[in-house]
Amino acid sequence: MKVETPHIEKVSFDVEKIRKDFPILKELVHGKPLCYLDNAATTQKPQAVIDSIVKYYSTINSNIHRGVHYLSVTATDAFENARTKVKNFINASSEKEIVFTRGATESINLVANSFGRNNLNNGDEIIISGMEHHSNIVPWQLIAAEKKAVIKVIPITDEGEINVEEFEKLISEKTKIVSVVYVSNSLGTVNPVKQIIETAHKYNIPVLIDAAQAVNHLPVNVRELDCDFLAFSGHKIYGPTGIGVLYGKENLLDRMPPFMGGGDMISKVTFEKSTYNELPFKFEAGTSNIAGAVGLGTALDYISNIGLEIISKHERELLDYATKSLSRVEGLKIIGNATEKSAVLSFVFDNIHPHDIGTFLDFEGVAVRTGHHCTQPVMDRYNIPATTRASFAMYNTKYEIDILTNGLKKIAEVFK
Amino acid sequence: MINSELRELYQQVILDHNKSPRNFRKIEDANKSAEGYNPLCGDRINIYLIVENNLIKDISFQGSGCAISKASASLMSSIVKGKTVHEAEELFNKFHNLITGKLDDNFDLDELGKLAVFAGVREFPVRVKCASLAWHTMMSAVNEDENKNVTTE
Repeated sequence: MKVETPHIEKVSFDVEKIRKDFPILKELVHGKPLCYLDNAATTQKPQAVIDSIVKYYSTINSNIHRGVHYLSVTATDAFENARTKVKNFINASSEKEIVFTRGATESINLVANSFGRNNLNNGDEIIISGMEHHSNIVPWQLIAAEKKAVIKVIPITDEGEINVEEFEKLISEKTKIVSVVYVSNSLGTVNPVKQIIETAHKYNIPVLIDAAQAVNHLPVNVRELDCDFLAFSGHKIYGPTGIGVLYGKENLLDRMPPFMGGGDMISKVTFEKSTYNELPFKFEAGTSNIAGAVGLGTALDYISNIGLEIISKHERELLDYATKSLSRVEGLKIIGNATEKSAVLSFVFDNIHPHDIGTFLDFEGVAVRTGHHCTQPVMDRYNIPATTRASFAMYNTKYEIDILTNGLKKIAEVFK
Repeated sequence: MINSELRELYQQVILDHNKSPRNFRKIEDANKSAEGYNPLCGDRINIYLIVENNLIKDISFQGSGCAISKASASLMSSIVKGKTVHEAEELFNKFHNLITGKLDDNFDLDELGKLAVFAGVREFPVRVKCASLAWHTMMSAVNEDENKNVTTE
């Protein structure tokens, strides 16, 4: 089947024009212009996304599926249209492969519970990497404890990379699933997921990709990757919170039992037995976050109109500039120096605790995240309690990185 | 150059105690000890005490944390040394009221001595746990709680 690549206009990227689309960027924080560098936690929303949610609630709000009245039909269309947009965005084969969830965390929990319940037995093995977010560790621990399965961890190097050969060594006849992160939220590493998937498939092992930090930074094509499952959240890709996506290959999803029971996910219910609805509805019990899905669809349109390649190039320039600027700050050490990195910059600075740095930067208007970023094993790996993390999005500028750099220099003065 | 609210939080005394914390060591023959942990930011502190007849004869700490938590542990250790457990507890209550902004208007800040430098914390609710971790951990050690792992979450 021919895969159509979207037409991208070769126009220069106008960041100032983009910034105008994000109303929150006009806000002042402690009297200073907001310099939002916490995009790996959540991205800001363009006016188009905000408007689509307002429009949904103002004009077509209704419960979807099975309704015969006008609003219900219109809301169902809007919801299903959003599903098609997601399908196209990641190039899935069919809408049946797109399950709406609350976010990447729920998507992973769905697979761990549903796939895990059917496929894991005593002594079976689950492979994850050493740079997983807690959301790709804990769901597996829960099901592993229940099924007496074992979790194996691909080690990470000093640079913050995972080695595909090291991964292959961990594979055994007991390996039932591999679940790895595409882009690390605390190190910025872009993992060689295509090679990981190819390697796992040599042994017929399915692979889940946590793409929460990937879909907003680089084009993700599930058919090209050939991943079996892929999870991401709407709010990290300029969409609303409370909506996320699980992509799963149809033949796998088809064989999996429901994750939750309730309305919408059944086709026939008696008190003795229920038969489940077809895909993807089997996995969407209860009323979904309809407005959230609509907002996510608009966010994907917004990104596609600009072009992820162009966004990615801009963010790459920001990362390179920030890496250069911060490397010149005396006493600052960047954590995570992978060759392939996305728009995340974690660092430790002298003996100044990240919490103190975060509070000082806040008074410069700069929003950064400080702490372990829900990746405590990564912090243990580098023997640090926490880092300060600046993470970039399409609307950030080099000027904002200068504000960050100058803010850090001021802090060094206070703590010297 | 630096904002007044920030200056109030990071007073010179706090910066000084952060840089050169007092009683930053392990008491080998401690008869009371506890570990405190703030999972939110990864702050970790160990408190060691020698308590005899309800009197805190010696106290020390080790661990890692932000300037506020380290300075708080350092100042606490200087101030409670030589006090009774009861006096330390009373001080903690006043200190806690100070950092959460619950002190009466007519409260005499002199009662808190050097601890008054933490008054700025009340403007930063997310930092209250940083300032109180050492105190919670000390109280747990002296009261010999069943579960000595203190967490502020």
